[in-house]
Amino acid sequence: MGLLSKKDSKLILDPLADNNPITIQVLGICSALAITAELKASIVMSISVLFVLGIGNVVISLMRNIIPSKIRIIVQLVVVAALVIIVDLVLKAFAYELSKTLSVFVGLIITNCIIMGRFEAFALANGPWRSFLDGIGNAAGYGLILIIVGFFRELLGSGTLLGFPVLGNPIPGELSGLYALGYENNGFMLLSPMALIVVGIIIWIQRTRNTALIEDH
Amino acid sequence: MENRTDKNSYTILFAIAMVLVVGAVLAYAAESLKPTIDENKRIEKQQNILYAMGVNENDASSANFVSTNKVAAEFAKYITKQLVIEGDKVTENDQAYLIDVKKEQAGVKDGKVRKLPLFIGEKDGKTFYIAPIMGKGLWDAIWAYVALDENMVVQGAYFDHKGETPGLGANIKQRFFMDDFIGEHLLDESADFKGITVAKGNADPKNNDKMDNEVDAIAGSTITGDGVSAMIKSDLKLYLPYFKNLKNN
Repeated sequence: MGLLSKKDSKLILDPLADNNPITIQVLGICSALAITAELKASIVMSISVLFVLGIGNVVISLMRNIIPSKIRIIVQLVVVAALVIIVDLVLKAFAYELSKTLSVFVGLIITNCIIMGRFEAFALANGPWRSFLDGIGNAAGYGLILIIVGFFRELLGSGTLLGFPVLGNPIPGELSGLYALGYENNGFMLLSPMALIVVGIIIWIQRTRNTALIEDH
Repeated sequence: MENRTDKNSYTILFAIAMVLVVGAVLAYAAESLKPTIDENKRIEKQQNILYAMGVNENDASSANFVSTNKVAAEFAKYITKQLVIEGDKVTENDQAYLIDVKKEQAGVKDGKVRKLPLFIGEKDGKTFYIAPIMGKGLWDAIWAYVALDENMVVQGAYFDHKGETPGLGANIKQRFFMDDFIGEHLLDESADFKGITVAKGNADPKNNDKMDNEVDAIAGSTITGDGVSAMIKSDLKLYLPYFKNLKNN
């Protein structure tokens, strides 16, 4: 990380692990459950949030001294909403099939608590460059979890990755690969509750490896 | 300096300026991307129509359209005629696939004669009559393209939806549901219109009985299924006079 100072690289690396927005701050859970049945949707959602949070943080940071404090939440909301609409339009124009899969969830980025949280907690008090890094870091931390969950759900639920069959052919009569040995896809993995369980397992592993993360109650 | 941004006049001016800037940016983005988005929707309609008549790239279990770069050529090749049925009048119109079914449905309430688009396709010496239909699911619109033969027997169908529940109602666009319609009759034995009902407990889950005017419902999506039955009954029935005419000539 020659490019970034130690303090700056911390902004990017922290949210990937010890301050992850999903597993530690427990934000953005809603979309993590909703769109992770397929790896591809997880990746696109991550890129969309990366775009919205990276740019949004910079915009808010640039405006931090002129935003009237009385309406600052409204200003933040307008910035997110505008960016999300742009993402939605771009997806509809250049990735139409995918935009249908993501449908309402792109619009729901607006309500993703990670975004408003970072605006309020970081961008309003820091310069544009640091805000940009913070935005990228948090979006990457969010995306990382989304992709891990999407990977396991698609693999175990459909036996495919990015739509390619990786475990063999499950069609009765033409069984091959693992399916020929009697393996079956777990349809339950495709339903939202299993995403919660996968996220729970990630949280469990993470806190077992670093006990300092365990909250006192 | 500290309090400058707290003044009401400043707050109001800021809000007005922000709305103007954001509004302008969004309007510009929407206008400049609109042609591309409309083109995508147009291509999708052609893909749907072709899918219903069996021109698709399906593999064993998934539903795949012909690819977007081939669709224009395939559409020109397979769809030989596009008709618009208005009451007793039948006209040819190669833009018929652009007719907005939803708008036509709404127009009926204002006393307008509904324009019914019908696409005639030829494949392997067989003629397909493809009709677009539209209805309501649980949450939002559902629609379909149904390919029929001259006896109103379903030859293929493509279902889609705007916002049905993933894993439940959304499964109407899965092969296991759509393929069940193939071979089903819309008419009963005395050639009256009966439709096809998405039925629970029809004792024919493998769908071997093609004469029963029923397909097996998807568990957990009763209302979406009822919506499918309803749109078949109401919308496809409108094509009955055309098919009766076809037989008489």
